[in-house]
Amino acid sequence: MFPVYGALQWLNNSMDQKELFELEQQCIQECAPPCTAACPVHVDVRSMLAETARGDFSAALKIYQKAVPFPHILSRICDQPCQNVCRRGEIEESIAIRALERAAVNHGELPEEKKRPMPKRVGNVAVIGGGISGLTVAYDLARKGYKITIYESGHELGGGLWKADRDYLPAEVIRGDIEVIYELGVEVDLNTLIDHIHLVELRNAFDAIYIAVGPHASEAYELARDQYGLIKVDPVTFATSMEGVFAGGGLLWGIEMHSSVTSISEGRRAGISIDRYLQKVSVTASRINEGPYTSCLYTDISEVGTRPLIEMGDPDFGYEWHEAIQEGKRCIQCECMECVKACEYLREFGRYPRRYVREIYNNLSIVKGTRYANTFINSCSLCGLCAEICPENLDMGAVNLKARQAMVTQNRMPASAHDFGLRDMQFSNSDKFLMMRNAPGTTASDYVFFPGCQLSASSPEHVERVYSDLQRQLPDSRIGLMLGCCGAPANWAGRPDLFESILAAWRMHLQVMENPKVVLPCSSCYQVFQKHLPDVEIVSLWDFFDEHGLPAGAVSANHTVSIHDPCSTRYESQMQDSIRRILGRLGYQIEELPRSRERTTCCSYGGMMWLANPTLAEKVVQKRIQEGEADYVTYCAMCRDNFVGRGKRTWHILDLIYNQGSDEQATRRGPNYSQRHENRARLKRHLLTEIWGETMDGSQPYESIQLNIADDVQAKLEQRLILIEDIQRVIEYAERTKRKLLNRQTGHYLAYYRPNTVTYWVEYLPTEAGFAIFNAYSHRMEVPGSGS
Amino acid sequence: MSEPEQVWMCDNCNIPLQPDKVDVAYMGNAFPVELLKCPKCELVFIPEDLALGKMVEVEKQLEDK
Ligand code: SF4
Ligand code: SF4
Ligand code: SF4
Ligand SMILES: [Zn+2]
Repeated sequence: MFPVYGALQWLNNSMDQKELFELEQQCIQECAPPCTAACPVHVDVRSMLAETARGDFSAALKIYQKAVPFPHILSRICDQPCQNVCRRGEIEESIAIRALERAAVNHGELPEEKKRPMPKRVGNVAVIGGGISGLTVAYDLARKGYKITIYESGHELGGGLWKADRDYLPAEVIRGDIEVIYELGVEVDLNTLIDHIHLVELRNAFDAIYIAVGPHASEAYELARDQYGLIKVDPVTFATSMEGVFAGGGLLWGIEMHSSVTSISEGRRAGISIDRYLQKVSVTASRINEGPYTSCLYTDISEVGTRPLIEMGDPDFGYEWHEAIQEGKRCIQCECMECVKACEYLREFGRYPRRYVREIYNNLSIVKGTRYANTFINSCSLCGLCAEICPENLDMGAVNLKARQAMVTQNRMPASAHDFGLRDMQFSNSDKFLMMRNAPGTTASDYVFFPGCQLSASSPEHVERVYSDLQRQLPDSRIGLMLGCCGAPANWAGRPDLFESILAAWRMHLQVMENPKVVLPCSSCYQVFQKHLPDVEIVSLWDFFDEHGLPAGAVSANHTVSIHDPCSTRYESQMQDSIRRILGRLGYQIEELPRSRERTTCCSYGGMMWLANPTLAEKVVQKRIQEGEADYVTYCAMCRDNFVGRGKRTWHILDLIYNQGSDEQATRRGPNYSQRHENRARLKRHLLTEIWGETMDGSQPYESIQLNIADDVQAKLEQRLILIEDIQRVIEYAERTKRKLLNRQTGHYLAYYRPNTVTYWVEYLPTEAGFAIFNAYSHRMEVPGSGS
Repeated sequence: MSEPEQVWMCDNCNIPLQPDKVDVAYMGNAFPVELLKCPKCELVFIPEDLALGKMVEVEKQLEDK
C-alpha cells in the first residue's frame, strides 16, 4: 500500500539527529534565566529563590554552595551583576539577590558533608597567590585529588579579601570559610614571594601552575603581555604564554580590588583547564558560556503584578527569615512556557516542546520496547497556535505531523488512532456521497460549489440553499457542484499516499469540469486546497458573499455575538474580515474573544484529537466555550457542533444568514455519526433527483434493515463509535448465515461480525417491523468466527 | 441457570457453549484465551466487559510495542 522503509532510513530521510537538535534548540525554555546567565559562577538563582520563598533555607544554601566555594564570604561582598539584568527590575526594584544569598547562609544549614571517597587524580599543582581566585583553584583541584601547594607572600591566606571593609567582612568570616582549604589537605607556604626565577623552578617541580597574585606582584613574571602591559591569557582557558602556566584574577585586569565573584569564576575556569591539561584531554573543547553571558530565555512579564522590595529590619544582620521569604516571593521564576500556557494539549502532558521533541525522536527510533509517545503524537490538533505564539516559532503541529507520517512509514501507527476518521472519509468519497456535476444543460463550469463533508453532514439544508443562491447571484455563470471529502483526515493521519490520491482525484475532476473556480464554505477544505492544490483557483464562500453581497432575503437581527475563528483560518485574515463585515451587515455587534484570528484555538476536531484522545478533546472544548459570555458564531460546521454539543449557544454563520439566528438553531445538537452519513447520502440523492433528475441505484442489502434503538442505547453507540450501518451489517450476516448466540435468560440474540478492522457485537431481537437493538460493543482483536 | 455456560447457547447448533481455549489475534500476535465456545461450529462468546476492558488494554499494549 505504501512503501515500508526501515526506521533508520526514515531517520536519515526526514528527521535526522541534526534536525532533531535544531528543533530542540528552537525551544528556549531551558535557557538559564538572565540572573543565572549574568552570574559569573552561574548560581541557580531561580531555584534558590523558589526554596527561599518556601522557607527552606537549607535547600537554598545547598543550591548556592554548589556554585560558590566560599559562601559566607561571597554572600557579603559579591558585586551581584545578576541584579542588573533581573526581570523584576523592569517593573520596580530588582530582587535583592545577594541579600537573599546571605539569608540562605544565615538561616540555612548544610548537612554534614558525607565522607565521600575523594577521587585521586595524579598531579602536583602550584598556586601562586592565596587570594580568592587562587583559593578557588586550590579548592576545586584538591577536591579532585590533585596535590596542591599555595605560595602566599603574606602571613595569612585571603589576599585582597583583607582589604575589604571589616564591618562588612569580619576576619572570622574570612578565616571560617578558608578553613576548608586546610581540611582538604592543601599545603600552604606563607610569607613566600615567588619571583620569575622561582616561577621557572616551580614549573620544573610542578605539573601545572596557577598565578593569581595582584597586578603589581605579577609584574615580575616574564610572560607575554598585552598592549597595556598586563599578562596575556587565552580568554577561555586562561593559559599564559608559558606551557602549563595559567593565570587569572586581578592581574588580568590591573585591579587590586577585583570583583570577587569574577575572581572565583576565573579560578574555576582555569581549574577546569588545568584538570584537562593534566588529564591530557582537549583544553578547548565545548567550553561555551562558562563566564557571564546574555540569557536566551524569553519571559512574558506583561501580566506580572507589582511587589515592592522588602526592607530589612536590621541591615547589619540582613534579612530575617520571614523577610527573606517575602523577598524570595518577588522572584518571577522566569521561564518561557508561552505555548504551554496557550495550548491545553501541551499542558496535558506536563512538559514543554524541548522535551517533547526529544521524546518524539526517541519514540521513533525505538526498535524494541514500549512507545510511550504514541498517544502524545496523535493527540495534537495540528492547529499551529504554538508556532504563532512561540518567540522562536517552533511548530509542534508540524513536528507531530511529520512524526505521524514516520510512524505510518515504519508501520507503527496504532490502528485505533485514526481508523474511524479515515473510514468516515472513505464513506464520503464513496458512491454514497461523492459526486460532481456541471449545472444542468452545461458541459463545463465557471464555478463549482464544494461544501465539503462536514457542512453536508451537519446542515445539508444549507448546502442546497447556498447552491441555488450562488446560481441566483451569478445568473450568467455556469455553477457546478462537487460533493466529497477534501482529504484532510488522510493528511492528519500521516498518510501522504492516501492524501495524494484524493488530491489527484480532485485535480482530475476539476479538469473535466474545465477548471472552474472552487467556492468553499469549509475552512479546512480551503486550507487543503490552498496548500496542496495551489494551481486550483479558490474562493471562500465568505469572501464570495462579501464581494457579491449576501443572498437575497438574508435577514438581519440585533444581537451581540463572539466569533470563534476556526483554527484553519489562522492566517486567513481576509476571510476573518469578510465574516466580520457580513455580521456587521446583518446587524450583529461583535465582542471579540481574547483569543481570535491568528491566535484562535482549535475546537478539538483538528488533527483528529477527538479520536486519539477524547478526554483531552473534552477539556479543549470546555476551555474554549468558557472564554466568552456572548453567544458564539463560527463558520465551520464541526466547531459549531462541538460547542453546541457541550451546551454553548453557537450558530454557524449560515444559520444567521438564512434563519436570523433562531434559538432552536443555537441549541440544536449536531447529528450523531450515523446521521452524518445518512445526511450526506440523502443530500446527494436529493440533489441528484431535484436538480439533475437522476436516481441513485445500487444500495446494499443490509441498508434496508430497519432498526429500533432506544435513546440510551443510541448514546452508548455514539460514545463507542458504532454506526447504524455496522449494526445492520452484523444482523444481515447473522440472519443470513444463522451464526448467532442465544441468551436463554433474556431470550436475546447476540451476533458478531467484522466488516472492516473492527469486530462488532450486537444484542438484538427480531420484531415485526425489523430488529430491536439492546446493546452493541466492539473490539479490534480478531476472534474465530467473525466472518472476515 | 446463572452460570454463563448454562445461559449461552449456539442458536444454529442448538447446544450450550463450553469453556475452551480460543486463539485471539492482533497485529500479528496470537495468544490463547479461555472463552465460551460452541463445540460444534466454533462460534465464540466475548462478554462486553472483556471486550471493553482487558481486550482494549492488550490492544493498546500491542499497538505501543
Ligand atoms: S525574577 Fe527571579 S528568575 Fe527572573 S531574573 Fe530576577 S531573580 Fe532571576
Ligand atoms: S513558546 Fe514553547 S516551544 Fe517556544 S520557546 Fe517557549 S516553551 Fe519553547
Ligand atoms: S499545533 Fe496546536 S494543538 Fe498541537 S501543539 Fe501546537 S498549539 Fe498545541
Ligand atoms: Zn454452533
